Amino acid sequence: MNYRTPTGGAIDRNTVLRFTFNGQSYTGHPGDTLASALLANGVHEVGSSVKLGRPRGIVAAGSEDPTSLVQIEAPFPEPMLLATTVELYDGLVARGLAGQGRLANEPDPARYDAKHEHCDVLVVGAGPAGLVAALTAARSGARVVLVDEQNQAGGALLGVDEYLDDRPSAEWVADVVAELKSTPGVLVLERTTAFGMYQDGFVLALQKRTDHLGFAAPASVARQRVWRIRTRQTVLATGAHERPVVFADNDRPGIMLASSARTFRHRYGVLPGSRAVVFTTNDSAYCAAIDLAESGVDIPLIVDARASAPSRLATECAARGIEVRAGHVVTGTEGSGRVTDVHVAPLGSGHADTVVCDTLLVSGGWNPVVSLFSQARGKLRYDSELGAFVPGEELETVRVAGSATGELDLTACARQGRNAGAAAAIAAGFTPSGQVPLPTSDSRCTARSGLVLWRVPGAEDSSFVDLQRDATVSDVLRATGAGLRSLEHIKRYTTIGTAHDQGKTSGMIAAGIVAEALGVELADQRPTTFRPPYTSVSFAALAGRDRGELHDPVRVTAIHPWHVEHGALFEDVGQWKRPWYYPQPGEDLHAAVLRECQATRESVGMMDGSTLGKIDLQGSDAGKFLDMLYTNMMSTLKVGKIRYGVMCGVDGMVIDDGTVIRVGEERYLVTTTTGNAAKILDWMEEWLQTEWPHLDVHCTSVTEHWATIPLVGPRSRDVLAAVAPSLDVSNEAFEFMTWHDTEVAGVPARVCRISFSGELAYEINVTAWHGLAVWEALMAAGAVYGITPYGTETMHVLRAEKGYPIIGQETDATVTPQDLGMSWAVSKKKPDFIGKRSFARAENNRTDRKQLVGLLPVDPSVLLPEGSQIVETDRLPEPPVRMLGHVTSSYPSAALGRTFALALVRSGHERIGETLYVPVDDSLVPVTVTDSVLYDKEGARRDG
Amino acid sequence: MTSPAQPPGAHLPEHPDFLWENPEPKASYDVVIVGGGGHGLATAYYLAKVHGITNVAVLEKGWLAGGNMARNTTIIRSNYLWDESSGIYEHSLKLWEGLEDDLGYPILFDQRGVLNLAHSLQDVRDSIRRVNANRLNGIDAEWVDPAGVKEICPIVNVSQDVRYPVLGATYQPRAGIAKHDYVAWGYARAAHAMGVDLIQNCEVTGLETAGGRITAVETSRGRIAAGRVALCAAGHSSVLAAMVGLRLPLASHPLQALVSELLEPVHPTVVMSNAVHVYVSQAHKGELVMGAGIDSYNGYGQRGSFHIIEQQMSAALELFPVFARAHLLRTWAGIVDVSPDASPIVGLTPVGGLYLNCGWGTGGFKATPGVGDCFAHTIAHDKPHQYNEPFTLERFTTGALVDEHGAAAVAH
Amino acid sequence: MQLIPCPWCGPREEAEFHYGGQAHVAYPDDPSALSDEEWAQYVFFRDNPSGPFAERWSHNAGCRRWFNAVRDTRSHDLLAVYRVGEPMPEVTA
Repeated sequence: MNYRTPTGGAIDRNTVLRFTFNGQSYTGHPGDTLASALLANGVHEVGSSVKLGRPRGIVAAGSEDPTSLVQIEAPFPEPMLLATTVELYDGLVARGLAGQGRLANEPDPARYDAKHEHCDVLVVGAGPAGLVAALTAARSGARVVLVDEQNQAGGALLGVDEYLDDRPSAEWVADVVAELKSTPGVLVLERTTAFGMYQDGFVLALQKRTDHLGFAAPASVARQRVWRIRTRQTVLATGAHERPVVFADNDRPGIMLASSARTFRHRYGVLPGSRAVVFTTNDSAYCAAIDLAESGVDIPLIVDARASAPSRLATECAARGIEVRAGHVVTGTEGSGRVTDVHVAPLGSGHADTVVCDTLLVSGGWNPVVSLFSQARGKLRYDSELGAFVPGEELETVRVAGSATGELDLTACARQGRNAGAAAAIAAGFTPSGQVPLPTSDSRCTARSGLVLWRVPGAEDSSFVDLQRDATVSDVLRATGAGLRSLEHIKRYTTIGTAHDQGKTSGMIAAGIVAEALGVELADQRPTTFRPPYTSVSFAALAGRDRGELHDPVRVTAIHPWHVEHGALFEDVGQWKRPWYYPQPGEDLHAAVLRECQATRESVGMMDGSTLGKIDLQGSDAGKFLDMLYTNMMSTLKVGKIRYGVMCGVDGMVIDDGTVIRVGEERYLVTTTTGNAAKILDWMEEWLQTEWPHLDVHCTSVTEHWATIPLVGPRSRDVLAAVAPSLDVSNEAFEFMTWHDTEVAGVPARVCRISFSGELAYEINVTAWHGLAVWEALMAAGAVYGITPYGTETMHVLRAEKGYPIIGQETDATVTPQDLGMSWAVSKKKPDFIGKRSFARAENNRTDRKQLVGLLPVDPSVLLPEGSQIVETDRLPEPPVRMLGHVTSSYPSAALGRTFALALVRSGHERIGETLYVPVDDSLVPVTVTDSVLYDKEGARRDG
Repeated sequence: MTSPAQPPGAHLPEHPDFLWENPEPKASYDVVIVGGGGHGLATAYYLAKVHGITNVAVLEKGWLAGGNMARNTTIIRSNYLWDESSGIYEHSLKLWEGLEDDLGYPILFDQRGVLNLAHSLQDVRDSIRRVNANRLNGIDAEWVDPAGVKEICPIVNVSQDVRYPVLGATYQPRAGIAKHDYVAWGYARAAHAMGVDLIQNCEVTGLETAGGRITAVETSRGRIAAGRVALCAAGHSSVLAAMVGLRLPLASHPLQALVSELLEPVHPTVVMSNAVHVYVSQAHKGELVMGAGIDSYNGYGQRGSFHIIEQQMSAALELFPVFARAHLLRTWAGIVDVSPDASPIVGLTPVGGLYLNCGWGTGGFKATPGVGDCFAHTIAHDKPHQYNEPFTLERFTTGALVDEHGAAAVAH
Repeated sequence: MQLIPCPWCGPREEAEFHYGGQAHVAYPDDPSALSDEEWAQYVFFRDNPSGPFAERWSHNAGCRRWFNAVRDTRSHDLLAVYRVGEPMPEVTA
């Protein structure tokens, strides 16, 4: 059957759209929602309920609908949308849901983005109040943003055929919108839902930019956009939602809110059925009844719960042959899917009549939409005449206008809009010019004359409060009977208000039923909290562009292209990509690393060390400052020299290490670990600015300014000599832990003689611009020695053979310099440095602290997994087993010809020589505890 | 038309017909527990059940279990690094395993396992270290490679060309989730049945002492004398402790969480990733439940900043691309009390008869049965249970911290 | 996302800032003179009030200056900002 009216509605009847729903093919028109198109085809039953499997239809025409959940299957699967908010497009494939949606298996091809917008006045809602507010503010010269969730402005006017100022309301709306859109500094956003209100005028809105285009959506346009709006003033003209009355079997398809039926009629040219009974507690449903009757729907009966019907409207109904039965209520319905009969009886008690129909329209009054106001921390007040919570206070930057305040008369709503728009403009520093004329309406119905009726007594088991959650009056009564008093508890017990609609139509009714059951006043009750988002928002929209490569910046060094070209595998270190190792064909990690280590120890290797943090410290107090930061003395360092240092937190635990170069009398260059560069700069600035602002020190991060290349191995001197002819590379002229400015490969360079491997080594620093060229020059100069690029893994092995710790690998925020065997780097002379006082605590002076040692598996071919735990006995007792520590680093060593490990072991320094055990899979591997320095203990290789 | 034989929500259990009464507070109790969240209710339950102490009131300033208990993401696991932590969390997990029978309440405890993902080589080392420690402590734990991750949770993106690839994960099969309200109400009902008074809308405004001992609490519903007072107030612990001049090493922060709408089952386990700040599971009804990052500043406002949620979403889609068109349905915040070593403080205080249970940060829910049992023991015997003995206030003076922040940043 | 009024740059979004906890906790003049308890108070113990709280912020992604603020931890409203070294202003929450 076709329920499309011959005329009317904002649809394009000349264009036919084909779509598939629950496997059936249907047609509709541009301007339709999926819901209106289904109703036009006589389809009311959309899905079924989540718990009881009862059929579910379409209750409302907008985003407040509790029931019409659908799954989009094509063009791309999207779960849990309301048929009432899906704009129809050609080729749409959808199906009704039983309360659970389905995620796509394939990646979402759509783009999403976000945009920041600043304005003076934000108006939420483009109904009459919002439009007048926006126009008032716009005419004052304020920057105005007007957002509305619908695809066109008008709000409640879209659902009626009323006249404003003696012309169709759509014309008045169009004029206002046209003026707004042509005013500079005004932004009108359709299909944009303000979903969250935060502090300082921060409002989030979701714009659906291409959803309505379906298959025709251009891939280059972001499908959805999150607007991050920062506004001085906000006018909330968010309207009101009609609410139902609860009665027995009120959940059947065909039972719909009266105003929504009217909206389907006027906005979409769709009739809800052939024969509709109307059940109301207020005047507004009379207009729906009259409109539908005039459109050809048989309206046999209006059931009005009030003791007497409004006489003028009753007369109009009588003229159309509509019976009005005052003091009556709907006590139940029949129907195996859609409603077929309605039971009507006097309110209280009395004989029930049965009326045949295919549609039941219900109005239980109106709930102002106060979600955003509540999110803005506005207090709510119970309005007993309306039977709803309304804004209960004025906020400095948030004003409410229109039916969101509980006002339901159109001209009065527009006046509130004008006042709010003017007040917002003034508060934002603008002067309204003149007054926007208020439209006058020919509406026959005002809704503010109702009876507050939450439910019709009886049949509590089948009287549904939350249709989406299948929660009934008896569930509510069971909850109060169980001892629950708080609405929050009852919400959780019954699950009312927790579904997709977040209780937009059910929450107030539940509160009312609870208050009745407990015999308390609603005015004394706190409504349950409104939380963002107002309507649901896709994860992808919130993620926006911050996905894939843009999820977090990738940092690469100046030499990175060479590494890529030469087959390096990379390791993520913080945001950096560092070469991990350079496998040659057929090599795995171990083979490559053994080769890289061997080449470096026997001849020469080099690596890209550019990621090391570098901080330039200048000022007359730089030395004094470093003395506080490092555990050892830095102020005594001579210009031209380099010193290794360790930094601790105030708790005495190691936080970083690195070298300090004294560049000049008042200038030092500090290096940090790669991962801690930013943190250490922050650390320095925090101390300087908050504790010691009197110190003359300035810190500058120069990490990216330099390319840093450690050149390592006995042949490094020869290679350096070849590319730095002006530099005397002899041991005498260029001592260990000194630096020289020179030219390397023809560019200015600073060369430091430091070693993280125990080998003769130089660290060549050039400006990042020249990094790649110098790297290539070194490769060329070293070719004769078989120079071998190596990555972080080989660097780790080489330093571990020497017992040098890696911060974050050998340390874990519980390790002191003493634990690392670095008492030598802890000054006894300095009166204080950060962390020193903590060394005196009881726990720091235990002799059984975990200390860094070497471990040699008794079987030299056994490689201990890093992270293995260490135990004392060769047989495991029942858990919990006492653990002595863990393996922090473990490698096969080319230099040692065997495997080895570093470990933190309880009383480790005293245990040297002991045999301990490492559980690996199901066996216990015996290991010998050794000093942490396993290679070249005497340091013979340092000078080449 | 869709009409499945068994609607997806049909299998969820109902709450009992009776939960608890709402009595007026008596003039005095042997033990007053401040805070009617999970920890307070569990403590009351074990005081009554294990120690026979039933002249007990639980005072709640709002509605029972309406604080962090109602706001957490319900992850239960015991795979902590240090012996001290694994002791109390494993004790707790063992109690979880019998809790449904113990309480006679369908708490929907579901041991679906937890994956803790590793995204860097140091994550891998730290993870394996933790797995080995867990095993030696008698806790089920294993290391799984990316293929193993995919097998356990097929929707995790384990491809190696993403920004921070999954390099593997620790897996604790006995970990899982439970339904928070059901747990709290199960404890509340059982405690009430043994004689414990549950007093809601009763805010503690003062703590009365005499001769270095607690004597009473002042409340919005009058003075209540107390032989012993136990603080179980999570984010508000500092404020309460300050009433007796006790300063705590805590900072209270907003912690946000969120849910999606109901979805067909896609996520069979619990996945956590510290590196990209995601923890997510799919609850029994079908909603995705996610925790977001902690807001950096101190706050009691039960709301956080939305950019934290946006970051959370981008991180979640990195790991779970199929979530793209899931929808955010609701966000909220709790207030977590974070200690310097990310471990709790449970034990005695310098004030006689005043006991402290706080500092659980983001980890309080999983500890509910364990800490309830241990704290009840502490209160009953005026000395700590073996499992909360390490978690003294004094450790911040001696330096015997239990640092559960995990390894510090990776560095070279 | 809140706006935080940096005393050097003006109001900027919260995401540009780094939080530094309680303000006016001075590094002790002579840590070695402190008892373990006193040292622990400095290192670990901080006020954590529900209400106005003097705290430190750094405009990390902006001017990189540290400054102090008084913020109401219940509403998160910033009641005052002031530069390091200035006394805490009187505020009414």
